[in-house]
Amino acid sequence: MNPQGLVDGLIAGATIGLGAVGITLTYSILRFSNFAHGELISWGAYFALAVAGLLGAAFGFLTTPILPFSFGWTLPIAAIAAIALNAALALVVDTLLFSRLRARNSTVIIMVMASFGAALTLRNLLEFTFTGKPQYYTGALQIAIRLGGGIRATPDQLLSLVIALLVVSGVHLLLTRTAMGRAMRAVSENPQLADLAGVNVRQVIRIVWVLGAGLAAVAGVMAGLLIQIRPEMGLDLLLPLFAAAILGGIGSVPGAMLAGLIIGISEALAVAAVGAQWRAAVSFVILVAVLLVRPQGLFGRPE
Amino acid sequence: MTIELIAYGAFFLTMALSFAIICLGLNVQWGQTGVFNVGVSGFVAVGAYTSALLTTPPSDAHLGGFALPIALGWIAAALASALVSFVIGAITIRLRSDYLAIATFGVAVAVQLCALNLQPLTGGPFGIGFIPRPFSELAGRPLAFSLLNLGVLILLVGGLYFFLQRLARSPWGRVLRAIREDETAARALGKNATLFRLQAFAIGGGIMGLAGAVQGHFIGFIAPDNYQPILTFQVWAMLIVGGSGNNRGAILGAIVVWGIWAASAAMIGAVVPADQQARAATLQIVTIGVALCVILLLRPRGILGELRVVSRHLDARPRDAASAAPTKEVSRAERS
Repeated sequence: MNPQGLVDGLIAGATIGLGAVGITLTYSILRFSNFAHGELISWGAYFALAVAGLLGAAFGFLTTPILPFSFGWTLPIAAIAAIALNAALALVVDTLLFSRLRARNSTVIIMVMASFGAALTLRNLLEFTFTGKPQYYTGALQIAIRLGGGIRATPDQLLSLVIALLVVSGVHLLLTRTAMGRAMRAVSENPQLADLAGVNVRQVIRIVWVLGAGLAAVAGVMAGLLIQIRPEMGLDLLLPLFAAAILGGIGSVPGAMLAGLIIGISEALAVAAVGAQWRAAVSFVILVAVLLVRPQGLFGRPE
Repeated sequence: MTIELIAYGAFFLTMALSFAIICLGLNVQWGQTGVFNVGVSGFVAVGAYTSALLTTPPSDAHLGGFALPIALGWIAAALASALVSFVIGAITIRLRSDYLAIATFGVAVAVQLCALNLQPLTGGPFGIGFIPRPFSELAGRPLAFSLLNLGVLILLVGGLYFFLQRLARSPWGRVLRAIREDETAARALGKNATLFRLQAFAIGGGIMGLAGAVQGHFIGFIAPDNYQPILTFQVWAMLIVGGSGNNRGAILGAIVVWGIWAASAAMIGAVVPADQQARAATLQIVTIGVALCVILLLRPRGILGELRVVSRHLDARPRDAASAAPTKEVSRAERS
């Protein structure tokens, strides 16, 4: 096995994992697969791009790269702003669309359909505003560092990997160690019972959107930093995200992250073996294999 | 001028009716069986490519062509898509309904990827040209040509409509409804719910494949880019606008939505300067996306939705009883 492919896959998988954690959380609490989640990733990336651009225009000194990374302070600040903006966006979409459908007890499929409509709207709004041209946070070139064993990675890549692991560990701790996390797990277990036991279900739903959208923003900034920013970046990630959420087991945060890394590595191996044009098929093959062999995923419980 | 208008009208209706066929297929899957397919474009593409490969003249750019008669290509297209649907359904249909949605979404991605990358088989990004058009010997007389093509589509849609109406009323259709209404009860009566769903999913997929072939032959050229997720989305918008569960609604929705789509595209072409048209086209999709969400919120049963699901139980009753009952049934559908 090519160790460099392994590292590249791990880094790409970190982005997938972050998105998949968001999908798995919304899925287990809102109980539908949100086809608009990929668009949250794109919106997060573009929010950060817009904020970083404004910051750079106002305070030029912030754009000087923080060595050894390729970006200046504008990007970390913009990323935090993007998390907040993305969370607000998710809450707006929920208020306008999903909460109303929930209020009338719409079937799962109506929710999925609505998310499909929301995805198209969001994606094309992005393309209208920013055009379809690929964009970048920084034009700076980065030299990869040798890590030994013939493996190279840029500082940006390593930072992304570390941040992804830290963020996911944080979410996992939040879910397992805090009162809010207990409330969330209770709602995912049984919303009616949780409601009866005094859990504020509406608040839990809001927190799930904020968490999911925040993670999506982080994933979007990472993908934008490491590859490029395009309106279709979220759509292209959608199938890997679903594959990772199902492979990890719906509702399992560590499962989604691990599955994201597995899919990233599989993609890298497939690219090396059969060529980059087949990358998108990897998730499909993994998805079908999981549904055939172990539909509950690695860490899920059978239904 | 009048002749051009009629020819354009015929062209428009032919396209709309080819979408109506896809809608009818989706209606078998979703409207009558409750099986969710987000990969419509993939199943349409399988049909289009199958028929194109079988009927085009031999070429070095792709597999075949085998220069077979068009009708044979259409039948093969339906069979190929039905087979793909059957296999995907067999894997996913017993799982949660949105797992099937995700899997069909994956099918669409995978099919498009194959169309793009299996160049020796599909012609790759360049697609397949020289697909024989029905009545091509009349191409010199545009009016006769478009009217005859429209006639074929009307016959096809009409035939499918009656076939599907019969199917819905047949014992087979009754079992499907029974499963959708109360799966446990249907199972208790010895009906294999999974098998019935799978059959409906395959039939619906086959109809979509047929529609793909018909479209390909009508336009004469297919390429992977024709089968983007936007196609799936258009078809869903058509079915939901028309009223899912209602075959007449599926046809009406196709004509209405395709009309809106074509009119807004024409308007953008006329009003927006050429360098901004790609950008304006994104707003066209935004509008349709918002419209779909609004319909889901305000009128989830669509234009003709009142006849939906539950009320079809009344079809077996005498006519007068059926006409008296709908108000009650609608209120029930609204509550559920």
